Amino acid sequence: MLDVLTGFIGELRAAGLPVSLTEDIDAMEAVRHIPIEDREAFKYALAATLVKSNSHWRAFETIFDVYFSLRGPQFAISDGEEEASPEEQVAAMAGMEGEEGRRAGGGMEGMTPEELAEILYRALQRDDQAMMRAIARESVTRYAGMEPGRPVGGTYYLYRTLRNLDLEGLLARLMESAAQEVEGGLTPLEERLTRDEYEIRIDQLRKEVEAEIRRRLVADRGAEAMAKTLRKPLPENVDFMHATRDELVSLRRAIHPLTRKLAVRLARKRRHGRKGPLDFRNTVRHSLSYGGVPAEPKFRYPRPSKPEIFVVADISGSVAAFARFTLHLVHAISSQFSRVRSFVFVDGIDEVTRYFEGVEDITDAIHRVNTEADVIWVDGHSDYGHAFEVFWERWGREVSPKTSVLLLGDARNNYHASQAWVLKELRKKARHVFWLNPEPRSYWDTGDSIVGEYAAHCDGVFECRNLKQLERFVEELA
Amino acid sequence: MTDKVVQPTGQFRFESVPAVRESLRSVDYLADEGISGVVYLAERLGKPVLIEGPAGTGKTELAKSVARMTNSRLIRLQCYEGLDESKALYEWNYKKQLLRIQAQRVVEESGTTWTDIEEDIFSEEFLLTRPLLEAIRADEPVVLLIDEVDRVEVETEALLLEILSDYQVSIPELGTVTANQIPLVFLTSNNTRELSEALKRRCLYLHLDYPDLEREKEIVLTRVPDIRDSLADQIVRIVRSLRTLELKKHPSVSETLDWARTLVLLGVDSIGAEDATATLHILLKYQSDIQKAAKELSVASGA
Repeated sequence: MLDVLTGFIGELRAAGLPVSLTEDIDAMEAVRHIPIEDREAFKYALAATLVKSNSHWRAFETIFDVYFSLRGPQFAISDGEEEASPEEQVAAMAGMEGEEGRRAGGGMEGMTPEELAEILYRALQRDDQAMMRAIARESVTRYAGMEPGRPVGGTYYLYRTLRNLDLEGLLARLMESAAQEVEGGLTPLEERLTRDEYEIRIDQLRKEVEAEIRRRLVADRGAEAMAKTLRKPLPENVDFMHATRDELVSLRRAIHPLTRKLAVRLARKRRHGRKGPLDFRNTVRHSLSYGGVPAEPKFRYPRPSKPEIFVVADISGSVAAFARFTLHLVHAISSQFSRVRSFVFVDGIDEVTRYFEGVEDITDAIHRVNTEADVIWVDGHSDYGHAFEVFWERWGREVSPKTSVLLLGDARNNYHASQAWVLKELRKKARHVFWLNPEPRSYWDTGDSIVGEYAAHCDGVFECRNLKQLERFVEELA
Repeated sequence: MTDKVVQPTGQFRFESVPAVRESLRSVDYLADEGISGVVYLAERLGKPVLIEGPAGTGKTELAKSVARMTNSRLIRLQCYEGLDESKALYEWNYKKQLLRIQAQRVVEESGTTWTDIEEDIFSEEFLLTRPLLEAIRADEPVVLLIDEVDRVEVETEALLLEILSDYQVSIPELGTVTANQIPLVFLTSNNTRELSEALKRRCLYLHLDYPDLEREKEIVLTRVPDIRDSLADQIVRIVRSLRTLELKKHPSVSETLDWARTLVLLGVDSIGAEDATATLHILLKYQSDIQKAAKELSVASGA
């Protein structure tokens, strides 16, 4: 047990969760109080002692499933058989779970795909958990085409299995039949609710399939190796440039609490600034009540000036996600700046500040930026040089010594002219010129990236690949 | 539990995880596996519990329910910006100390020296206990609730560390006050800032999220009298649907309950789209959210 736990905790650390030694000891202590055969309780005991942030929960769950999958009670006996004949197991499992299961489970391997789909459809309709689990197992056996020792990731198998199950078609069918059941059809509200319900069930099936694939992969490769392949970055470490769609969703979810936290922190910083230098006038005035003795020194409260921010963002293709998050963050905490103006460009440039004005929902505004802003000049390939030139012509006058200019982009200029003199001029007028680059530092100045040429005229160039780095930068800025 | 145990080795209040769950249910708090597990461990390991989660998911309620369930007194420390030692731990009752010194002058002839007085005025008699010290000094079992701990500054957090890890308070003039019994400590946080590592390390962590469909329905059924099963079912489904939208603030459990009560009062048997949109302001507190939700619910009617 100790070995398993140590391995488990090592893996948590490798995945980026900060697990301290005391927490380690706590976990060992905690599991002593928990009946070991209760898997759920065991899981929560570990979670309560080891995971101290909600955003780490997913990572924890995945690793837990890998490490304790085959050791769970329902799989304890079947360890050996697992690979031998999964079908038998399906039958055995389904058989345990009741009447319906037995009937279907017995003949499952002999069924045609149509019959399997039919059973799945019925299981989904009735929310029959046991049946769904059995079907998940069967369909993995049937469709995933897993071979021992093949170095393919789990997502590949998942994709193959789900493609064959045609979940979208199922959802449509479920909705149809739900509509027929009620006379006169469903009211819109009911329809929405039913759809939500079915979507959740299908999602559950998807998770079931995923877990099943993982279980088999673990059986094939061993927990340690498996955990390594499943290692996913925590949301705050996800790379903007290479985020998958799911990761983007989780990023979007993470950014909202982040902005709130950042705003609170900055406001606090401003309010609780240390006392400033001696306020001579005020001290003298107060000295009058002590007969001219300056007994009560008065200090000036520092009021750090709020900077004015110009965000100039490249929103072409690959860096779009990064620009979106930065715009989101900057505008969400715009109360911390005296003014925020945003400009977006691809090869043409356009001011988009108005989209954010008076809008409560920033996501909405960003959507409008992406669809309505006039940023294409010639061919829709990034042209930093031209964009900067136009920026200088049209808005250069408005840059003042109070302005900080943020330039966002990977500086991949498609071999156009760099027009770096714009930055040089900008730097003379503005308070700061910062460049945020979403590419890893090692890629800078390779290929058509000319960030080095621009960097010469910036006050700082920062690598900004994930939320953590972005957060740190914005905090320093304000 | 009146015997003075400082180590969590004495009798335990709870026997097992299911037992915790049962007794929480008896005081109308429906816990899931995770919640009851953490409460059980908190008692066994003698560690505080840090509860995080969105507003209105029953964080404070959990602490209150545990207090009710164990028949212990609830001592509550509401945190706010600017909270300090004298409000959280203890304070010397200096007015009383002054009186004591003056009284001494009157009976000057008794022949006491300054040292005597000094020793005297820094005794427990002149100590004003604040929530944290009170929880430690209590003889009977207590539940200590430190509410919204994320509101204090990072520096003030350090104040809590001694009491959380060793259940003791050091008072320079008096020495160390050690706990007579280990109180069950709950800290709640709305996650407006990251709590310090040191604090997190000392606590068990529990994230309370919105409950799943069945649990929320059960909560509605237990908390709202005279509600019909079908109505409760519909309510929680609509609420779940609203929570999938991107809103400024998602409807919380307490708002679900308010809504359920309203609908019962209005005598609604099953919710139509009109009823839903007409009473949305109970669930949602931002105008933009209400508009969005109303749009979502009626967009479905166009389809």
